[in-house]
Amino acid sequence: MSRSPAAAAAAAIDALTRSAGPAPSLLSVEGLSVAFAGDDGPVRVVEDLSFSVAPGETVAIVGESGSGKSVTSLSVMRLVDYAGGRIVGGRIRFTGRDGRERDLAAPSADSLTGMRGNDIAMVFQEPMTSLNPVFTIGDQIAEAVMLHQGLDRKAARAEALRMLEKVRIPEPARLLDRHPHQLSGGMRQRVMIAMALSCRPSLLIADEPTTALDVTIQAQILRLIRLLQDEMGMGVIFITHDMGVVAEVADRVVVMWRGKKVEEGPVEEIFRAPQHPYTKALLSAVPKLGALSGQDLPVRFPLLVVDDAKAGAAPPAPPVQDTVRGEAAPLLEVRDLTTRFDVRKGIFGSLKARVHAVEKVSFAVRPGETLALVGESGCGKSTTGRTIMGLQAATSGAIRFDGVDTTTLDSNGQAKLKEKIQYIFQDPFASLNPRMTVGFSIAEPMLVHDYAPAAAPGQSRRRAIEARVAELLTQVGLRPEHARRYPHEFSGGQRQRICIARALACDPKLIIADEAVAALDVSIQAQVVNLLMDLQAARGLSYLFISHDMAVVERVSHRVAVMYLGQIVEIGPRRAVFENPQHAYTRRLMAAVPVADPGRRTRDLRLLTGEIPSPIRALGDEPAVAPLVAVGPDHFVARHAIGGDF
Amino acid sequence: MLKYLVGRLAGILPVLLVISVFVFGFVHLLPGDPARLVAGPDATQKDVELVRQDLGLDQPLWVQYGRFLGNAVQGEFGRSMKSKRPVSQEIGERFLPTFYLTVVAMVWATLAGLLIGVASATRRGRWQDHVGMVVAVSGIAFPSFWLGLLMIDLFSVKLGWLPTSGYGTWQHYVMPSLTLGLGVAAVMARFTRSAFIEIAREDYVRTARAKGVPARLVVWKHTLRNAMIPIITMVGLQFGFLLGGSIVVETVFSWPGLGRLLVDSVNYRDYTVIQAEILLFSLEFIVINLLVDVLYALANPEIRYS
Repeated sequence: MSRSPAAAAAAAIDALTRSAGPAPSLLSVEGLSVAFAGDDGPVRVVEDLSFSVAPGETVAIVGESGSGKSVTSLSVMRLVDYAGGRIVGGRIRFTGRDGRERDLAAPSADSLTGMRGNDIAMVFQEPMTSLNPVFTIGDQIAEAVMLHQGLDRKAARAEALRMLEKVRIPEPARLLDRHPHQLSGGMRQRVMIAMALSCRPSLLIADEPTTALDVTIQAQILRLIRLLQDEMGMGVIFITHDMGVVAEVADRVVVMWRGKKVEEGPVEEIFRAPQHPYTKALLSAVPKLGALSGQDLPVRFPLLVVDDAKAGAAPPAPPVQDTVRGEAAPLLEVRDLTTRFDVRKGIFGSLKARVHAVEKVSFAVRPGETLALVGESGCGKSTTGRTIMGLQAATSGAIRFDGVDTTTLDSNGQAKLKEKIQYIFQDPFASLNPRMTVGFSIAEPMLVHDYAPAAAPGQSRRRAIEARVAELLTQVGLRPEHARRYPHEFSGGQRQRICIARALACDPKLIIADEAVAALDVSIQAQVVNLLMDLQAARGLSYLFISHDMAVVERVSHRVAVMYLGQIVEIGPRRAVFENPQHAYTRRLMAAVPVADPGRRTRDLRLLTGEIPSPIRALGDEPAVAPLVAVGPDHFVARHAIGGDF
Repeated sequence: MLKYLVGRLAGILPVLLVISVFVFGFVHLLPGDPARLVAGPDATQKDVELVRQDLGLDQPLWVQYGRFLGNAVQGEFGRSMKSKRPVSQEIGERFLPTFYLTVVAMVWATLAGLLIGVASATRRGRWQDHVGMVVAVSGIAFPSFWLGLLMIDLFSVKLGWLPTSGYGTWQHYVMPSLTLGLGVAAVMARFTRSAFIEIAREDYVRTARAKGVPARLVVWKHTLRNAMIPIITMVGLQFGFLLGGSIVVETVFSWPGLGRLLVDSVNYRDYTVIQAEILLFSLEFIVINLLVDVLYALANPEIRYS
């Protein structure tokens, strides 16, 4: 580090004053208000917000979409100006390395260029899109160093290498000349962190830095940030919607709701004795791993709504989900299902390798049962769902639905099958046609499958379908008149309800929910999970619930199958798998989930490394599939070494 | 990168073969007897037979095609029916004037389009943006014959600064290249603006700002480099169209280029010349496409390494 003597002296004085009195704040936001241009004049998205961050402290700002938490972080960097926002009130006092206090809200955004990335740095949510695709990793890290520290190209490159070592990237020297598309999401987020910390900022803003990552990778990144924070003594603002992550990292918590701070306090207090009704409602909706230990059946979320919480009423105990008809024949039976994709390369498209997406997967779903398929990216859980649905051809294996072997069906039979198996996708924004009314989207499956809803005497088919759409909308908690509206008029949670209504239109027996609640805010997520469970109780539906989120899976499922590298490594009743996990990978997955309880914070700061392995294999290199061995009633585990030792 | 290039070059051969079949078939697809066509309407039946033998039209089709291909590879396309000079010579003389004019027009139009587009995009919604786009729309809307005549009237007739027509010195290039490039510059400006605005929304541009990259570099380095990928496609397409020779501009300024040759050869039904011109235009597009692909790979590492 090349620092001027004056700056060093200032830092020394700073250190002296720090030891003498109470910690001076690094950042102090006072009465901040931010507005965006709206159709009817400016809309305030952050109002009168105040909080402070001390050196070395981690302050978590939590809230759901639209709470203004991200706008707050962009305002501190004054990046909000480039996103169309404007600071309309308040001060952002920041004490830089030189010991001088500045109000970041006052000057023009462009004049703060020298401070951005130098004194305050930021890590963003989307590692896949936050790195410039046309520049090498080394150049992107070196750029900041050259700009702020006046190093030449060679020295900056050496510094970039040192930073990559710091964030524990294997073979950092090789990585310098790589481009972002050659890296996994977790690796890219490490690069982002290396870039952010390259000038040793005194404040790091991390805006949902782990939301897009798998849990085991999330655990690595969280630990890395904490470790580097201790090492560098930075203040950290951690923006997140995930209370588990908050419990894991924060010293203090600021809860935001609709642009305002509703509560602030030390992390233990927020979790132990939340004061504001919104905080209480938020915490009631957070899925906590281990919440159902000791219980056999899934239980709905005991949801508080903000108004109830104000009245102080405890929610009624939710009913358990005793819907499985165990005596009945399985609705869906999958035997030795294998799905592989060819990787073709070169001018003539010669076969180079295969993606072994699904390898000899077998399971059954009984009527009224929820089977969860859990695992991380690339484990084959979605491909399994898509193959069952017929969206993807199986390489081999048998799928029996309702006693019929679906692989032998003609196109007519396939269409009939799709009527009885429905799919709900992850992204409610992308899975509804924006040009069609919601009513049409819900009615379409009935028209396609020539499905005749029960009609009142003398009622035309058209009227009967309209009545059915109205009924479905009511069932998913919307109103019949919503049928005439378009998707953009609804929030994410409402859209997912519409998708559920569409899935229910033809009275299916099995719904494949592929990460159906992953993109929703926690309170909305809890409501949609409860809705799915209500519908299951009312209609005896079966669910294949595909998810990466162990805590939600615990809530919703009767049985759980853990997938790793295309294979099921463990399958059994939810309680057995969660309370007595047998496979090493299951245990690792559970350990990586951040628990929404600051008292159970991971003290172990040893760094985790390792990537999720790739299911791409060379031709002829068939993976070994070990048979599942019974370890308890209905509880089976694969006894082989993939995903961990035995 | 070298592997990529070799792959792209290998991919051209089948395209060329398909085109050659079409060009070869062109004469045979025409109504009537090609021999009669060449011999002329007044020729006797005996003369027609002689011409048929002379041209090898009495041979089986595949032999004729083989000979055509062999000649084409050597740049031999027979003689023009009108001037009786070798077609290769006829086209060769006209190609360079069109090529030079196209290059001059493309260079200024691309640079101007880029500048106006980026300036508009970075000042989106402000007056500079509106002015830039009004100019661009006008540039697309102005008919080039009208603009050409207007310029001749002002700069040649009234002011006497520039020659009205012809080909030779740099002064001859000014008005034709301005006229020819205006439409391209306008399209480029609009296209650059929208490509730039789209890229400016990307997360990595925000990242660049967050690490303190000055605004100038955010624009010219981080944003434009990515926006270049669609822009390169556009430049390639425009270049290809202009290389065919602009009939209007070449006529207005009496430019001895391919556009006018095409009009003349169509008027006189000079089939051997038309045949060679089709082949030349196809070849130009193929070469430009190849250049675009190479530039793509240079601009985008994802293509380079896949």
